[in-house]
Amino acid sequence: MTEVKGLTRELIALRVVKELRDGFYVNLGIGLPTLVSNFIPPGMTVILQSENGMLGYGRIAEEREIDPDLINAGGQYVTLAPGACFFHSADSFAMIRGGHVDLTVLGGLQVSEKGDLANWMVPQRGVGSIGGAMDLVYGAKRVIIAMEHTAKGQPRIVRECTYPLTGRRVVNTIVTNLAVIEVTRQGLVLQEVAPSVTAEEVQAVTEPRLIISPDLREMEL
Amino acid sequence: MNKLYPSTDEAVFDVSDGAVIMFGGFAEVGIPRAIIEALARKGVRDITTIANECGVGFRQGTSLALLVERGQVRRMVASYPVAASGQTVSPFERLYREGKIELELVPQGTLAERIRCAGAGIPAFYTPTGVGTIVGEGKEVREFDGRTCLLERALRADFAFLRAHKGDTLGNLVYRRSGRNFNPIMAMAARVTIAEVEEIVPAGELDPEAVVTPGIFVHRLVQVGVGRA
Repeated sequence: MTEVKGLTRELIALRVVKELRDGFYVNLGIGLPTLVSNFIPPGMTVILQSENGMLGYGRIAEEREIDPDLINAGGQYVTLAPGACFFHSADSFAMIRGGHVDLTVLGGLQVSEKGDLANWMVPQRGVGSIGGAMDLVYGAKRVIIAMEHTAKGQPRIVRECTYPLTGRRVVNTIVTNLAVIEVTRQGLVLQEVAPSVTAEEVQAVTEPRLIISPDLREMEL
Repeated sequence: MNKLYPSTDEAVFDVSDGAVIMFGGFAEVGIPRAIIEALARKGVRDITTIANECGVGFRQGTSLALLVERGQVRRMVASYPVAASGQTVSPFERLYREGKIELELVPQGTLAERIRCAGAGIPAFYTPTGVGTIVGEGKEVREFDGRTCLLERALRADFAFLRAHKGDTLGNLVYRRSGRNFNPIMAMAARVTIAEVEEIVPAGELDPEAVVTPGIFVHRLVQVGVGRA
C-alpha cells in the first residue's frame, strides 16, 4: 500500500475553519485544534472560550507582548481581543456544561463508528489528563475532532475504541488529513476527500465501512 | 478583626500532617507560590492536594511539583495531572508509576463544580460529564429527561491557598487576567482560606463593584509582591 499523505496540520485547521460561523462561541482543544485560531477570516466575529476563565482571547503573543498572567488553557501566552472578559473556573464550565458553547474542536486518539471518542490517555503511559474534554463533549452544541487519519499507519477511526473513552456517542464530525466524515445514526458518511485522495484510499485506512455520500466532493480550502 | 499576617510561614502555622489542601492556579498562572514554599519549609507530610494539576516545571518558578518532589504529598485530586506530551516526566508521574502517590482524576468542570458546591452548601449534584468512561465507574447513576447522569459529591478542604492580585484588609480580593481560574471557588470551600496577594490596600480602596472574592471567604492574607515567589 502506498502512503497517502493528504493535508498538513495547518491545512486540516484551515478546513475546520470552514465550519465556523459569524457569532460562534468556540472552544479549541490543545494541539492541532489551537491552529484554527490562526485562520479565522477577517470580518468574522468568532469568540474563543478558554477553560481557565477567558472569553475573547486573540492570537498567540509575540515575545514583546507577553503578559505572564495571560495564558490560554494550553498554557500559551496569548493576546486579548477587544471585548475580552475573565471569570472563574465554575463559570467557565457553566458556559461549557450549560450548552452555551456553539462548537468545540478537539484532538483525537480514536473515534468509533458510533461517535465514541478516546482522546485523553494512551494506555501504555498509564496516566493521562482529562482536563475539560469530558465536559466539552457532553456540553458543547457541536463536537468536531481534528486529527491525523492514522497513527503509525494504524487507523484511528475504528469500530470500537480500545483506548479509555472521553465520551460515548459525542462526535459530530471528523476532519483529518484525508477526509471529512460525518457521524450519523446510519454510520460514518464520507463527505469530502482531500485533494488527490480517493474514497478507496480513505476506506483502506479506516476500520469501519464508510457510507459514501451521494454528494462526495473534494475539500475546498 | 485582623486578617493580615506578616509572612507566609506565620500564615500556615496550623497546617498539620494529613491536611486536605486546595491550591488555586491553572498552568503557571494564579499559583500561590510563596505559600507552597512556606509549606515546603514547614515540612508537613501526607497532605492531599486538590488542584487543577499535579505540578510540572514552569517558566515562572514554583509549583506543586516542589511538594511532590519532597515527598510531602500522599494523594492528589486533579483534572490535568500530566503534560499532554510524555517527553518530560514530572515528579508526580514518576512517583505515581512507582505507586508512591495516589491520584483521583476528575474532569475539570466536575472538579470546579464539586468545589463550588462545597462552598455553597450543596452536598452533591448530577452531571452527564464522565458517563460511560472510567470516571463513572462505581458512581450512582440516574436519568433526567432521557439523559444519563452521574452523582458527584461536593469537595471540601481543611485549607485553601490562593493567589490574588489585590486584596484589602477585610479580605476582599481581585485577580488579574487568567490568574482568577480556581481561586474564587476554592476560597469558598475550605475551613481556612489563606490568600497571598501582590498588594494589600486599606478597606475602602477597592471598587466594591469590582470585588471578585468577597472578604467573608478569606481568613488570612499575606502580601508577597509581584512576580516570582
